[in-house]
Amino acid sequence: MNHWIIAPVILPALLAPVIGFVMRYDIRLARIASLAGAVALLAIALGLVVQAAGGETQVYRLGDWPAPFGIVLVLDRLSALMVLLTALLGLLVLAHATATGWDDRGRHFHALFQFQLMGISGAFLTGDVFNLFVFFEILLIASYGLMIHGGGRDRMRAGLQYVVINLAGSTLFLFALGVLYASTGTLNIADLALRLQDIPLEDAALVRVAMMLLLIVFAVKAALFPVQFWLPGAYSNAPAPVAALFAIMTKVGAYSIIRIHTTVFGPGIEATDGLAFDWLFPAALITIAIGAAGVLGARRLMPLIAFAVLGSMGTLMLAVSVFAPAAMTAGLYYLVHSTFAAAALFLVADLVMAQRDGNDGLSTRAAIAQNGLMAALFFGAAIAMAGMPPLSGFLGKLLVMDALRAPGVIGWAWAAILVGSLVTIVGFARAGSVLFWKSTSLAPAPETGDAPLHQIERNAAGTAQVMPVLAMLGLLAALALFAGPLAGYLEATTGQLFDRAGYVAAVLGTNGGV
Amino acid sequence: MSDGNVFLIIIALLPFAGALMPGLMIRAGRTACASFTAIPTALALTMLIVLAPDVMRGEVIQYELQWLPQLGLSASFFLDGLGLLFAGMILGVGLLITLYARFYLSGEDPMGQFYTYLLLFQGAMLGIVLSDNILLLLIFWELTSLSSFLLIGYWKHLPEGRQGARMALAVTGAGGLAMIGGMLILGNIVGSYNLTDILAAGDQIKAHDWYMPALILILLGAFTKSAQFPFHFWLPHAMAAPTPVSAYLHSATMVKAGVFLMARMWPALAGTEAWFYIVASVGLITMVVGAVIALFKDDLKALLAFSTVSHLGLLTMLLGFGTDKAAIAAVFHIINHLTFKAALFMTAGIVDHETHTRDIKRLGGLSALMPITAVIGTIAALSMAGIPLFNGFISKEKMLEEAAHTVWWDNPWIIGALATLGALFSVAYSLRFIFHVFGGPVRDDYPAKPHDPPFGMWAAPALLCIPVVLIGVMPHLAEPLVNVAAGAVTGVEQNAKLKLWHGLTPALYMSIIAVIGGAILLWLHKPLDRAWIAAPRPEAKTIFDALIAAVVSLTRRMTDLLFTGEISRYLAIFVAASVALGAVAWSGGGLAAPDRAPLPVDPVVWVGWVLLVAATGAVVLMHRHRFRALVLIGIIGLMISSGFVFLSAPDLALTQISVETVTILLLLIALHFLPKETPIESGVGRRLRDGVIALVAGGGVAAVAYAFLQRNVETISDYHLANSYEGGGGTNVVNVILVDFRGYDTYGEIIVLGIAGLIIFAVMEALLNGPAGRRLRNMELSQDRSRDRHPLMMVVATRVMMPIALMVGIYIFLRGHNQPGGGFVSGLVVSIALLMQYMASGFAWTQNRQRIEYHTLIGWGVIIAGLTGAGAWLAGKPFLTSAFGYVHWPPIEEFELATAMLFDLGVFLAVLGAVMLMLYSLSRLARHAGETVNVEPMDYDPVERQDKREGEA
Repeated sequence: MNHWIIAPVILPALLAPVIGFVMRYDIRLARIASLAGAVALLAIALGLVVQAAGGETQVYRLGDWPAPFGIVLVLDRLSALMVLLTALLGLLVLAHATATGWDDRGRHFHALFQFQLMGISGAFLTGDVFNLFVFFEILLIASYGLMIHGGGRDRMRAGLQYVVINLAGSTLFLFALGVLYASTGTLNIADLALRLQDIPLEDAALVRVAMMLLLIVFAVKAALFPVQFWLPGAYSNAPAPVAALFAIMTKVGAYSIIRIHTTVFGPGIEATDGLAFDWLFPAALITIAIGAAGVLGARRLMPLIAFAVLGSMGTLMLAVSVFAPAAMTAGLYYLVHSTFAAAALFLVADLVMAQRDGNDGLSTRAAIAQNGLMAALFFGAAIAMAGMPPLSGFLGKLLVMDALRAPGVIGWAWAAILVGSLVTIVGFARAGSVLFWKSTSLAPAPETGDAPLHQIERNAAGTAQVMPVLAMLGLLAALALFAGPLAGYLEATTGQLFDRAGYVAAVLGTNGGV
Repeated sequence: MSDGNVFLIIIALLPFAGALMPGLMIRAGRTACASFTAIPTALALTMLIVLAPDVMRGEVIQYELQWLPQLGLSASFFLDGLGLLFAGMILGVGLLITLYARFYLSGEDPMGQFYTYLLLFQGAMLGIVLSDNILLLLIFWELTSLSSFLLIGYWKHLPEGRQGARMALAVTGAGGLAMIGGMLILGNIVGSYNLTDILAAGDQIKAHDWYMPALILILLGAFTKSAQFPFHFWLPHAMAAPTPVSAYLHSATMVKAGVFLMARMWPALAGTEAWFYIVASVGLITMVVGAVIALFKDDLKALLAFSTVSHLGLLTMLLGFGTDKAAIAAVFHIINHLTFKAALFMTAGIVDHETHTRDIKRLGGLSALMPITAVIGTIAALSMAGIPLFNGFISKEKMLEEAAHTVWWDNPWIIGALATLGALFSVAYSLRFIFHVFGGPVRDDYPAKPHDPPFGMWAAPALLCIPVVLIGVMPHLAEPLVNVAAGAVTGVEQNAKLKLWHGLTPALYMSIIAVIGGAILLWLHKPLDRAWIAAPRPEAKTIFDALIAAVVSLTRRMTDLLFTGEISRYLAIFVAASVALGAVAWSGGGLAAPDRAPLPVDPVVWVGWVLLVAATGAVVLMHRHRFRALVLIGIIGLMISSGFVFLSAPDLALTQISVETVTILLLLIALHFLPKETPIESGVGRRLRDGVIALVAGGGVAAVAYAFLQRNVETISDYHLANSYEGGGGTNVVNVILVDFRGYDTYGEIIVLGIAGLIIFAVMEALLNGPAGRRLRNMELSQDRSRDRHPLMMVVATRVMMPIALMVGIYIFLRGHNQPGGGFVSGLVVSIALLMQYMASGFAWTQNRQRIEYHTLIGWGVIIAGLTGAGAWLAGKPFLTSAFGYVHWPPIEEFELATAMLFDLGVFLAVLGAVMLMLYSLSRLARHAGETVNVEPMDYDPVERQDKREGEA
């Protein structure tokens, strides 16, 4: 048995209490431990991807109980990729938070951060829907703690909304699991997939309800219409590095839909055939529209980025909604891309806000000290997010559009993506032009103009603060440059994802019955 | 992976590779910066010249590098006649612009940035003309939009620059996006995104159902880029850019990308009626409209901008004709327009640079003051007017010739007439450029004293004037290039002869009319100008700005309407959506007949049920009185626990009761700091709406629950029942599930508890150090305290109960594996035992007597559980694999030792720590709020009294 599979969960789970309870009086010690943990997690994740790339679906049976009676972890290309994504993003965000001193503005940042990484990795690795619920809880509560890190009235208020909506989602998750268990008698994903094949449509009402409720639960996390309302408030009021980390949180929802609604309820299952598409597709279209409109109409930078994230989730779910291999490959590429693009934007916003006394209003103020540098970073991240070349957003968009060419889908999908892109581009252009161009036409405000040099220098972002953003932009460029090999891996990933029999056989150790 | 001539990709990528150079070399000075900008351009141009002879022989040079085969995107380039023509133009003019900009930009302008952007643009533009893959072409296409955005907004402090940049990006960006759609359709029709394949599949494309959408989408891209009516309005506003940019991007190269695209796609798309009527008509209108407006523009650059619009219209119209001859004329005019228009822009830049104004009405008489500039400007402008012996004349003749022969909607003369009209206005504004700027008397009110610029600045336009005259006099010099390029456009080898004198053709008469008419127009310019200014006409920028403003305010209103920040609304939508979607899902499937008989209902159950329902209803009615609501929630919890007892689930009942007790206790303490009543914030209508949603949702859940209660399903629980003792070493299946079968879930849940403890602590820190802490200190909490807050009876009782309660806790913990109990319940029981002490004697008193930190307790709990799980690795087993054995120590009965128990200890510690940390946080809150600290265990200590009395006595 390959014990490395559980390492992405156990490593942060053991590290976090040590950081939180032993090192809590020394921020440096906590930083070193946390960064070391993130680096180790990245190394483990890379190892897992290498293992998974071979194509074998590996199963880790917790407590040595046979599936479906115990809990299993499943490592395949998809889960390995998602863990790697988490580890990469986590490390860069952590580096940023450490370099900017965000981690010292409240208690227990590093412990919560590690718990958050644990929760996300666990959700990606599990092969059991109830266990998925447990990890949803972990990542929810940890994210709540991170979200209100540093305090402040607006943040606490937004945090409360975030946690309330997500607790409502968790409650629905429990309902859904109850119905699912009552109608199938199992919680193991592979076993569910197996049993679902034998449920005729005439007897499927209950399992259909369970499937739909699960879809809504995941859609809450993925911020899909009409359960997307929590996202802009939460992301725009969270500390910017935390918002950057949250770029992966929406992907947990997307991943869950990709995993559960392909493997268990996917194509060829009579009981639930086409049900997910009927809602997901229009919902994704509307989400794109809401996101784009929010970008154009935003009055502050953080909400603008949050709405851009919303729009990108719409595009991603559009690709997912058809549950077809080519579209899924495109969706996965877009998923990887949009995670880094969103995170990069939030980190840039943080650097910009740090030089504007924490103000992110899209109104003219005197130019910041590092106007040129920040403008360049913002430009890079914005074109990635808006889907302009040469960064990966453009290829992602092309892939998604190219894959969505079935009649009945093509018109709506293309119109939404293209018009949404245009509105987003205009929104970003307006924001950047106010922040970085118009500001240069103003004489420096008296208080900053006369500010002593050391104060300006204090505000200026140093190398350590800029590096994580640059690394993310570099990753976005690499995603574009090495799109071929990446798409190759993703194609194989999709192949494995749609191979229901292979998954069932790997987990249950039978021929899968299909 | 790759094959072909590697020079090609180097040419395409050199400008990108070199783009960083100027940004760095600016540190070595401005001249060094410009020189290092010229290096990649010159290198690329050299390589192009090396390749040129092969292309002129009719060969097509190719290079392919796989990029994203899954999509059909490859980095493939090809160089044919058309590509050679454009690449030569881009690189050649690029060199001249680099030279010109060196002298044009002032010392305050960040030159490194300028040249970096310029090279980025150059690379993008080269990419467009060399791409052999339409997806690759799209990438470069969008890159030109982006670099043009940066260049127009180069003077970022000027509002015109910023607005012009945004407008250009919006319009060309929109076109680019439309083109993405068109190109993808095209690729779908052909089954390949390779341009070579697409060009070869013209007939297939034109016959396809999707031809029209593809055509329109692609033309949208081309028209916006090449500023065709009605998208022409962005180009004049792009003139806010520095003049080298205007000369390079907005006249010579980028705006020709649209024309290039139409030429490139000619074999695939042209030749149909749709193509003719759309492309030719749009081009014709643009040509006339642009020419007319140009005449009345006083800004030199605006005049040239509209003239560019007009000439782009001319090219578009020619391509729209769809004939070989028109294509030849178009290609020829591309060359000629490039030479004279770039020279003219540079001249305008010189005039602006030297006189500090571009307003024609403030100029005039410059020929005496700046003779060199005047000569250059005049030559170029005469070519633009189409005067013989200059190259503009010959290509315009060809255009008029084609126009005269083209029938539009059964009308043989309309195109010819309109083309003549366009030419006429073209002559007029060209002559105005000459006479109103250079001609006339010398004035004495120039903003600055004009004189000829240094050589470096006029060298570039002067060089461009050489081909203007050379081709004008000896047009056959251009023949080879024109033929090979036109051959590439049409896909058929061309052998056109270019001659100065064609004889007395209709075109000649049209030309003569145009020149004479143009001269008359200029003569009448003053009254016409007055009329033009007086006449109402739509101002494109106003419309565009209003449109954008309207869209912005619409999106703002939409966003504000959707995202009100009201959590109640979000929840209502969430619940309503869940119900609706659940109902949809339900209705699509059937339900098998029930196969489980209902149990008889005991009267006790009825009582419990009534209590439960009544209590729930009461919570709804009384939720504004928070204390009462808490009590009622307590009843509900107890009823649920009783339900568990009744249904033979003692474990669940035990857990439920302890959880209930702890949460109600903590909530009661928390409520101390909160308002005791909930204010009424919603109207009746909304409460009604929410009530309906809640009832429907509740009914839905009940219906689903009822449906599955009636049906049997084979579950995995049977396995758990069968294997609990043998595999898990315990007879209490619930506990074995918690610590063994699904110990991983429990592990996760105690982590949730631990995190909750951490967060409560962190929030409390943040709160107490923030404004909320100050508010708390000034809060008027209820002062109506009991005189005996720590009563003797309770203190004594809790002290007596503490060891018992602890014993019970330990007992429950130990029996857990086989009997109802376990670490979770035990942790709660022990915390209740401790909680009682805190309640009896006050927090501070009790706190002084406990020596273990709660933080550490949680930490140990999580770590012990984790390490227990990891211990299995030592045995080579997966995480959380349990081991157990039976031990017999003589005085005690035989008992079992299981690793699961160690795991359960972790659970116990985490639960205990989390609960106590919450209590600790609440008491800190109390201390901040001014709660007094008692030193004694109880308020009235009888012993003390007695001592006192004895002392008194």
